[in-house]
Amino acid sequence: MPRPYTVLKYGAILAWSAFVVAPFLWALTTSFKTINGVTGGPTYIPWLQYQPSLAAWGSLFGSTGGIDIVQPYIDSIVVTSGASAISIVLGTLAAYGLSRFSYRLGPARNSDLVFFFVSQRIMPPVVLGIPFFLMLRFLGLLDSTLGLVVVYIALLLPIAVWVMVDFFNNVPRQLDEMAMLDGCTPLRGFVLVVLPNSLPGIIVAALFCVIFGWNDFFFSFTLTFTQTQLLPVAIVALNSSVTPWWTLSASALISVAPLVVIAVLVERYLSRGHLAGAIR
Amino acid sequence: MADGERLPAAVPQPEATGPHWGGRARRPQPTGARSLRRYKLLFLLPGLIVLLLIILFPLLFTIRVSFSSWNSSAPGLDWIGAKNYVRLLADGRYWESLGRLAILATATVAIQYVLGFALALLVWREVKAKRFFRVLFLVPMMTTPVIMTVIWRTIFHESLGPANDVLALFGLPAQAWLTSSAPAVVAVMVVEIWQWTPFMLLLLLAGLLSLPREPFLAAAIDGAGPIRTFFRVTFPLMGPISVGAIIIRLIEASKIMETVYVLTSGGPGTATETSSFYIYIRGLRDFQIGYAASLSFAYLVIMIVSLTFIARALNRVLVTRRA
Repeated sequence: MPRPYTVLKYGAILAWSAFVVAPFLWALTTSFKTINGVTGGPTYIPWLQYQPSLAAWGSLFGSTGGIDIVQPYIDSIVVTSGASAISIVLGTLAAYGLSRFSYRLGPARNSDLVFFFVSQRIMPPVVLGIPFFLMLRFLGLLDSTLGLVVVYIALLLPIAVWVMVDFFNNVPRQLDEMAMLDGCTPLRGFVLVVLPNSLPGIIVAALFCVIFGWNDFFFSFTLTFTQTQLLPVAIVALNSSVTPWWTLSASALISVAPLVVIAVLVERYLSRGHLAGAIR
Repeated sequence: MADGERLPAAVPQPEATGPHWGGRARRPQPTGARSLRRYKLLFLLPGLIVLLLIILFPLLFTIRVSFSSWNSSAPGLDWIGAKNYVRLLADGRYWESLGRLAILATATVAIQYVLGFALALLVWREVKAKRFFRVLFLVPMMTTPVIMTVIWRTIFHESLGPANDVLALFGLPAQAWLTSSAPAVVAVMVVEIWQWTPFMLLLLLAGLLSLPREPFLAAAIDGAGPIRTFFRVTFPLMGPISVGAIIIRLIEASKIMETVYVLTSGGPGTATETSSFYIYIRGLRDFQIGYAASLSFAYLVIMIVSLTFIARALNRVLVTRRA
């Protein structure tokens, strides 16, 4: 391989890496600042350019009258994992059915049904905002974690179906036929034979559900007020007030941190080729 | 989707008795056709019903409300015919926001596609620390857009943020990032590109990793260099995957709103106001529920129609007919 090409290649990789990392480094250095470190103009290096302090990090856990981030964190985990789990179960069942049997519901055939599931992603959140608000008010679920779980299922179920239909299409059919010949009912065969062999697909679907659930802002913003507050809303609320950049940075970092673990997992399944089917 | 080997729809068979499912239904053995039918529905219906319940009400409700004058002073469902739609046709701000969205979404997705493809190629084959860079390049799409946008807002701060320091590094003049029109649009695009190029990279890399090896071996035997191999082998093979990735990203990009909300609030003026954000202002800020519903429904129809056309056009351009 010619040398200029290698130089160019690693140059490009490093340049993009710098762009990816920059906001995190900025947030990290800002999180150790106090008001004096921020108002003097942009500074980057602690001790040299500003006097670092742990005040912002302390205030996250309610020590010095800062914001309490613990409850939003718990709420976020509850809503995301609850909605993801339900979406995965329902989505996996539906996807398996759509991949193995043929349906005729009125004029709708299999491909139409898959399209119906997946097309829900086209719906812009803002279109759903007001109806969801009224729906949850009618059900008495406004401002509750349960209400958000219901709404998030509508967001995440299409993703689960999208990933799982393609995955099941790549799971050999002989597998379930063997189970049926052994006298299993379709459901037993599915649970005992197909599911254990579909774990990678389920994990990929779960990762996507968690990413899109954890990162939603609009619905938790419009459907909760005081009783329930998810992380993104809690942090953006800081933005609108006097904007203490240091607290903002620290809380931003701590709320995106768990998702970096997900990046590692996604890469693992990507490298093993488990994501291939999902995009065709 | 794999067609072909799908079971034919279960036809009720009078002699069907046992609970056994006879594998391929082509074999006319004692298939529990009725029980098979029950199982079929058992798989599909729970998900379908739940989704219908959650989604159908909002959709029908939106359509109905769009024919009412529901607002903050007179909440309720009256019937005013197509008045909202007439008003919508003359609403310059709405059409401007749609045009702005079209330009913004197309431009960012095009840039994301080029960058994502280039990055996917870079970390596809032999690179040192390949997996480390793959993880690193994926990280932005995992982070909460709205939270990262809050950080970006501090970065683009005119006097206290580092964005202008970076410009100075290249000898460029400082910009009033969030308070003048053109830089504000650029700022929104930078954030979108940072956040979502990884998603493009993910889809394209997954596609690259699933390509068969044979065409590349053939190209190598024919003595094709890397550039020739890319244009003759890699790019054509990636056609269908490219179309899928671009469409997925366009769908997501068309919903752009949170970046705008946090970064610029649509401003300065309406310079960065996208359709979603305009609908949000009319509906949830001005509380013109009826009018916002008509905007929403028109928007949905426009989106579905234009995405269908774009998908068709992309298929024609990027998916070459193979001999």
